[in-house]
Amino acid sequence: MIPYVPGESPVHRCPPGAKILVLIAAGTALFALPRLDVAVFMALAALGLAGLLSRVAGIPTRLMLAQLRPLAWILAVLVLVQLALDGWLAGLLVAARLAALVLLAGLVTLTTRSSDLIEALQRGLAWLKPLGANPAKAGLAIALTLRFIPVLAAITAEVREAQRARGLERSLVALTVPVVVRMLKMSDDIAAAIDARSYDPDRG
Amino acid sequence: MIEIRHVGHAFGERTVLRDLSLDLTERRIAVVGGNGSGKSTFARLLNGLLVPTHGTVRVDGLDTRREGKAVRRKVGFVFQNPDNQIVLPVVSEDLAFGLKNLGLPKDEIARRTDEALRRYDLHDLRDHPAHLLSGGQKQLLALAGVLAMAPDVIVFDEPTTLLDLRNKRRIAQAIDGLAQRAIVVSHDLALLEHFDRVLVFEDGRVVIDDRPAVALPAYVAMMS
Repeated sequence: MIPYVPGESPVHRCPPGAKILVLIAAGTALFALPRLDVAVFMALAALGLAGLLSRVAGIPTRLMLAQLRPLAWILAVLVLVQLALDGWLAGLLVAARLAALVLLAGLVTLTTRSSDLIEALQRGLAWLKPLGANPAKAGLAIALTLRFIPVLAAITAEVREAQRARGLERSLVALTVPVVVRMLKMSDDIAAAIDARSYDPDRG
Repeated sequence: MIEIRHVGHAFGERTVLRDLSLDLTERRIAVVGGNGSGKSTFARLLNGLLVPTHGTVRVDGLDTRREGKAVRRKVGFVFQNPDNQIVLPVVSEDLAFGLKNLGLPKDEIARRTDEALRRYDLHDLRDHPAHLLSGGQKQLLALAGVLAMAPDVIVFDEPTTLLDLRNKRRIAQAIDGLAQRAIVVSHDLALLEHFDRVLVFEDGRVVIDDRPAVALPAYVAMMS
């Protein structure tokens, strides 16, 4: 997981709610344009914008490109399919649109503290309160997800290593059962730790 | 003061604590015992994370069963595995988590966060992802997160078990330097030598309650 990169740039200082709204608007605009040539132009412009904003924010290029790495295979397959079915312009559109969205979303997380992002989401979800939703709980759930993705990855790697030592590297059951058991045990401890730090889900 | 009166606790059919009555007033209290002796359950009763099946636990007169939230403000808790205690992804954010839960104003949260980070040499790591800290740094962050909430008592559940020797020493120094009262569950007997009181648990009961000079050798003999 790529962490927050501290900074004082205008991108960093932009309110998190505004960043999320811009991201939603960009995502909608990129997929709503009906004309292929205009859509390609807009997607390339969005890519350029992501590059420009990352420069303004002082985010190293390698960090920006690292956002695309997990998607590389999916992107390659999508582009090849589009090239084969609808031609090079459609292939270019798919690649540029997806890459632009991922880079813009990455820019939001790289330039916004997760606590600020969560607060903004909680404020944004406040209108759902009368319908029985609890924005504070949703915010904590997002925070916990961000926090425990690397922990889950570490546990999985540890269990995989242990099973490899026992010659069980090909067994899916031998991997998933210990990981799930450890995560369940861990979730009890995390709930206790949250309680111990005076968390009140009805306060937010 | 923590008053424990006729406390028993069971998980389903399994009884883990039996009729405990104690007053905990000393500045440093150690809790030792074999695996499954009930000491971790005992620790969780002290700040209302668990409520006893029988009897009462009171902290400065507050009943953990009825006033759990108020009790948790008075009694902080540091868990064995800091990975399970660090809730937010970035060091300074996690430190501020408990303070936000207390409803403190933003400037007070910033002041206390800063103070706690400096105290444990974590200030340069304030914007660092928590999962990239070393084991010792994670445990110090967990302690700092509790300490920033300014509890009167801090309960530690085996705080050094997962740490190497250097980090064990850092945590021991951190505990030693606390102004608060501390109740420490541990298998690390060297950590407990200078404590004021040692409770030895066996089969859900306190079988030795004495000064370390008496209780620790007796515990070692008991386990041999």
